[in-house]
Amino acid sequence: MSEKVLMKGNEAIAEAAIQAGCHHYFGYPITPQTEVAAYMAKRMPKIGGTFLQAESEVSAINMVIGVASTGKRVMTSSSSPGVSLKAEGISYLAGCDLPAVVVNVQRGGPGLGGIQPSQSDYFQSTKGGGHGDYRNIVLAPASVQEMASLTVKAFDLADKYSMVSMILADGTMGQMMEPVSLDIGEVKTYDKPWALTGTKCEREHNIVNSLYLKPEELEVKNFERYEKYKAIEENEVMYEEYLMDDAEVCVVAFGITSRVAKNAINEARANGVKVGMIRPITLWPFPKKVLADAADKCKAFICVEMNMGQMIEDVELAIRCKKPVYLCNRVGGMIPSPEEVLAKINEVNENGGAF
Amino acid sequence: MSVVFEKPKSLTDAVLHYCPGCTHGIIHRLVAEVIDELGIEGDTIGVAPVGCAVMAYNYFTCDFVQAAHGRAPAVATGVKRSDPSKIVFTYQGDGDLAAIGTAETVHSAARRENITVIFVNNAIYGMTGGQMAPTTLPGQVTQTSPYGRDVNTVGYPVKVCELLSNVDGAAYIERVAVNNVKNIKNAKKAIKKAFQNQMEGKGFSLIEVVSTCPTNWGMTPEKALEWVDEKMIPYYPLGVYKDIYAEEEAK
Amino acid sequence: MSKTCKLLFAGFGGQGILFAGKFLAYKGLIEDKQVSWLPSYGPEMRGGTANCSVIISDEPIGSPIVDAPDVLIAMNLPSLEKYENAVVSGGKIFVDSTLIDKKVERDDVDVYYIPATQMAYDNNIKTLANMIITGKVLKEVEGFSLDNVDAALKKVVSARKIELLGVNETALKSGYDYAE
Repeated sequence: MSEKVLMKGNEAIAEAAIQAGCHHYFGYPITPQTEVAAYMAKRMPKIGGTFLQAESEVSAINMVIGVASTGKRVMTSSSSPGVSLKAEGISYLAGCDLPAVVVNVQRGGPGLGGIQPSQSDYFQSTKGGGHGDYRNIVLAPASVQEMASLTVKAFDLADKYSMVSMILADGTMGQMMEPVSLDIGEVKTYDKPWALTGTKCEREHNIVNSLYLKPEELEVKNFERYEKYKAIEENEVMYEEYLMDDAEVCVVAFGITSRVAKNAINEARANGVKVGMIRPITLWPFPKKVLADAADKCKAFICVEMNMGQMIEDVELAIRCKKPVYLCNRVGGMIPSPEEVLAKINEVNENGGAF
Repeated sequence: MSVVFEKPKSLTDAVLHYCPGCTHGIIHRLVAEVIDELGIEGDTIGVAPVGCAVMAYNYFTCDFVQAAHGRAPAVATGVKRSDPSKIVFTYQGDGDLAAIGTAETVHSAARRENITVIFVNNAIYGMTGGQMAPTTLPGQVTQTSPYGRDVNTVGYPVKVCELLSNVDGAAYIERVAVNNVKNIKNAKKAIKKAFQNQMEGKGFSLIEVVSTCPTNWGMTPEKALEWVDEKMIPYYPLGVYKDIYAEEEAK
Repeated sequence: MSKTCKLLFAGFGGQGILFAGKFLAYKGLIEDKQVSWLPSYGPEMRGGTANCSVIISDEPIGSPIVDAPDVLIAMNLPSLEKYENAVVSGGKIFVDSTLIDKKVERDDVDVYYIPATQMAYDNNIKTLANMIITGKVLKEVEGFSLDNVDAALKKVVSARKIELLGVNETALKSGYDYAE
């Protein structure tokens, strides 16, 4: 393993992207993700790649479409308000079945909101964000190491399934430094016969397009895309289980809140409370099965989220409302403390699974 | 028997969907002839707009990507940056380029992005059925300016060539028309130069083609061609608005 | 050092708060500890208050946020007032006494008053009060020492400013040797 270095999460994403073969990046400054752009601005010229600060988030995502249509790896990053602007382009990427990586280092919203960390773009990321029927693969890192490794994974999945992979981080993950190894292993490449590389007058022209004026054709396109999504739900789910073997209370949390929850769970365990955690790493595909299984063993669930309760809906669906699911949340840039989570664990543990 | 007229190699056999009398067909042909003459068909990548020309990808034999409304220059930027050896052009209408895509247009020019932009100005939104465009003339009646464009409430037309001639990054900006043989010949020369500029790495070239929309103007094709002379060209004078290399040579 | 040490560096922008925290984090990394470093960010970084949470531990670190520090390094009055009561009972507070007149009111914590800014001025290393007070932290907090100082500094002092390695080391040592 290569030597570990201390890096900010934002920088780890940028370097991992380059290591994964992304030589084109288009961005726009916005707190708290700007380090990604700054890092790319420094590195890209040295490797003969492209760093371009676009005139808007809208232009940046469309430049991404341009590179993606030529079959090369490409990334853009932003924070919540900027990702809203990218929603149009993300929908087009979905409609054209183009691979690309989009990073959202979330901050509080709605509107201009604030600049402190948040997880309130869960719906936007996992349910769509732009118009039309589509999905993004959504990866939620919970350490700087995962900011790097999941970025590499995001490029792989994007190419494998020809679609958008999103890194859904937050201001804390972007700004914090932790030791990280950038030894990312071998990068797999995928054939892209659809790519615009010039016909050389030797083949039929390739067309990258999301327009289908005949409804029966567009319907088929949608059906085909959802077949692909089904395969992803079967094959690409990622999660971490923490002390779940004998758990009676199951915490569900992703990203930074899963780390806060870990402190609380350790504390509760020290007091004899049987609590564990399922941490979704892929928010889409959502780890439905492991949660459904947990519902047969646990008496209650607690979702720890930095939003008004978004992932909780997916948890309730996944467990078919078999057991009560409680929300432990802070919003607007506030982060729940381990004490708050511990208090919720104790409360839920004492009240049991009564609805 | 000798062939005196044939379809350019760079056009497919697909039947154009444009209305009778529409000048898109002429402009497509000019672009295709230029691609043929420059021998770049196999290395050209087109970017289609939203608007009447949305399906341009069906008519050209080169690779094509279809962009969101107004975003073609940004998409073209990505394509060109990905592979600078390719010849990348956008084909956009007035709503696409001069309203929703103003930022993309101005900033790709400002960056001197080495792309070619074919800008078709027919002073109306054609595809959606004839609404007011950024280039609709003062007083011109459209579906969304039913009493004529009132500049006091909706403002003035955007003169793209004049605007871009003040952008330092723009390399070559010319306005042409396709309403008569002489103008068509000039238009082809300008389009060819815009592609040659890109091949020579000279940077952002935009050709505005003053065009017609008989259907939504409510005119016969002949009358529409006359209207270009009577109304359009006086407001949108033809000519070279910027040519930094000619300027340099002149110095 | 106990298994986990949570430190909070606080002061105003320009005092090198984030740098001092990063130095300690790197020192921990070199010593095979688990470490995390989390800065405050945003507009307040440009001249307002700045702080950073540093955790150094033998075990994987859960939350990187330090709400209840074992060690507080306060380099201006607002920071001391804001965080004095957050320190855990039995914790340590390091005060730059040049900039902070006030005495710590709690009697369940150890307090060290170091005139770091004055010392930096006297030694002609005006910008390094942060490292002087950090030197005192190395002396007084269990588990810390002057070991690996050189290696850690090499990681955090940028290549362009490599000539500053020596003065950083001097600053750390003068803080380490300071006796009240």
